[in-house]
Amino acid sequence: MPGTLLIALIPLLPLAGFIIAGLFGRKYLGRSAGYLGTALMLASALLAIYTAYSYFTAPNGGEYPKIKVLDLTWLQFSDHLSINMGILLDPISVMMIVVVTLISLMVHIYSLAYLKGEERFPTYYAYLGLFTFSMLGLVLASNIFQTYIFWELVGVSSFLLIGYYYDRPSAVAACKKAFIVTRFADLGFLIGILILSNASGTLDFDTMISTLTSPETGAAQKSVAASFLGFSALTWGAALVFIGGAGKSAMFPLHIWLPDAMEGPTPVSALIHAATMVVAGVYLVARLFPVFAVCTPGVLEMVGWVGAISAIIAAIIACTQTDIKRVLAYSTMSQIGYMMFALGVSKYGGEAGLGYTASMFHLFTHAMFKALLFLGAGAVIHYVHSNDMKDMGGLRKQLPVTHLTFLIACLAIAGVPPLAGFFSKEEILLAAHHHNMAIYWIALLTSGLTAFYMFRLYFSIFWSKPYQPHGEHHHHGSVLMTGPLVLLGIGAAFAGLIPFGHFVSSDRIPLASHFDLSFSVLPVALGLLGILAAMWVYARQSDRADKIAAAMGGLYKSAYRKFYIDEVYQFVTKKILFNIVGRTAAWFDRTIVDGAVNMTGTATQKIAAGIKKIQSGKVQQYAVYFLTGMILLAVLFIYLLK
Amino acid sequence: MQPGLYHILFISGALFFTGVYGFLTRRNLITMLMSIELILNSVNLNFVAFNKYVWPGKMDGLFFTLFIIAIAAAEAAVAIAIIINLYRSHKSIDVENAEDLKY
Repeated sequence: MPGTLLIALIPLLPLAGFIIAGLFGRKYLGRSAGYLGTALMLASALLAIYTAYSYFTAPNGGEYPKIKVLDLTWLQFSDHLSINMGILLDPISVMMIVVVTLISLMVHIYSLAYLKGEERFPTYYAYLGLFTFSMLGLVLASNIFQTYIFWELVGVSSFLLIGYYYDRPSAVAACKKAFIVTRFADLGFLIGILILSNASGTLDFDTMISTLTSPETGAAQKSVAASFLGFSALTWGAALVFIGGAGKSAMFPLHIWLPDAMEGPTPVSALIHAATMVVAGVYLVARLFPVFAVCTPGVLEMVGWVGAISAIIAAIIACTQTDIKRVLAYSTMSQIGYMMFALGVSKYGGEAGLGYTASMFHLFTHAMFKALLFLGAGAVIHYVHSNDMKDMGGLRKQLPVTHLTFLIACLAIAGVPPLAGFFSKEEILLAAHHHNMAIYWIALLTSGLTAFYMFRLYFSIFWSKPYQPHGEHHHHGSVLMTGPLVLLGIGAAFAGLIPFGHFVSSDRIPLASHFDLSFSVLPVALGLLGILAAMWVYARQSDRADKIAAAMGGLYKSAYRKFYIDEVYQFVTKKILFNIVGRTAAWFDRTIVDGAVNMTGTATQKIAAGIKKIQSGKVQQYAVYFLTGMILLAVLFIYLLK
Repeated sequence: MQPGLYHILFISGALFFTGVYGFLTRRNLITMLMSIELILNSVNLNFVAFNKYVWPGKMDGLFFTLFIIAIAAAEAAVAIAIIINLYRSHKSIDVENAEDLKY
């Protein structure tokens, strides 16, 4: 294993980049801030890969260890309860640092070209460094409160990056929306942390999991006995932690911020809103998986259903959107739904823990192909200066590298063998098939829809009508843009061949990969059907799409309007919260609270106006007061208090 | 008849209240200062009387009196300096005209 310092450098190098670029970037560094950030990121990525390599190859007696490389006590509350800043290496955290540093490196390189000539270029790289640092701190956290701290930090950096184009009102609105919605969910997370730590008496992940899951300690029983609204305290704790995760991972119904978050620069969407930050919720559930699986199977079931519902709803909406980044955003939400329900249908330990492995596997492959899709979409947007499908078409000649890599990513997400998405999706479907048939059918339907909307996107961008230049100045992406596309394309093509079960499983004991050819016939056939349908509708310019939309009637219209979920939120916040609760509160504030404060003020003024006359400036008057006082005191002491 | 403690205390009390009356009724600052001196002297008289009649063997009261006379002298110097300054700024040493320090 590499030394503590080297492992600690993995998150600290991006932090150094943030500090240097943030403090000196605008004034002294200029464009070299980007190169500096990229170089630091490269070093961090190499260290991460080295760490992963030595972690997985070290001899381990059949079970991957949990290694606490670093554990600094930061805030000590009692003997057991303390907030620590630590680094915990276990299979999922090691896998995550590789994913985060690699995708972040690709985005750093890509942004050098994509954001060329931006005035706030160094600021952008500072934010990227901050985000990468926070994300790495989150995945390496050894203490649930450390996770929470970094959780908020990624929220802040996401806010800053979505609002990077702060002169656009839509970007400002989007960054506020993202921050408020996730912050609202984080409230649940915080309360969940408090409940879980109260039940287990610790904030440390390891101790918490072992205390809660072992029947001998009685901590679990004690907290099961305490109940609220018919559910045990532990159930509430786990459910609230999951709500925090659902907010960050854009699960239904807290997903509304994700599509709007596409107002940020496209590479940021690739990094934060596709590959890394949005899977933090999945990661959190996976981190506390033994607690969910052993103590609160009911909550795990809820995780499964929330994931499945998010997956299908997002897939349906994605079929109707015309902004390519929004399609990808809904696709991300759908795929994260996949990861969530894979965890939901999993059990702890052994073969039954297949869903856990599958979820982490899908997280891994999804990071590759979704980052690739976003970066490819970025190249397209860079070329045509528009986000809308209607302005695109026939671009395969103009952008050959982008076209090819985009195709690979689309095939991967559609689950066509032997690309990455195929393997992870098959495992998820298999796990669902074993444990929950209803979710299995939803997942199967979603996978067909996924293939359809991805190829709708692909055909609309690269085929459809012949390319018409709009007379604007077009940039062909430089090698800085195509390089990351090709590298990620290789990842998206071959990442599925990794025997993932050997590295990541629910109980950290290697799991043999399953592969059942007869089982995968149905999903692949559905995927191909989706692709063919998309080809039939969108490969050439025709009125078929409009006809189908007309035939679907209300369903199409409501999917196009995103099932009116934003409107429901608007109604609840504007009409109910602002009007009823808000007005009452405002009245109370103005009359009762302000009234009390003002009354104190006026009363003081009145009394002061009355008694200030005593201070007359007449020396002899003072002498009279003084004398009277003295006489009264004399009487008091001599006669009354004898 | 030998004068006793009560005779002296009576004189001292009369002196004290004369001073107080003068302090409260006079408008001229110099006269007020003189009234204060009367009050101080009544206190001095008390000290000496108590020393003589209550603890005849001790000197504390006498020393106190000497200190008070010294301090009264210093105080009179300060008070007169204040009165002179007041006169310079207000062209008057009437206490009625020195009412600037108020609300």
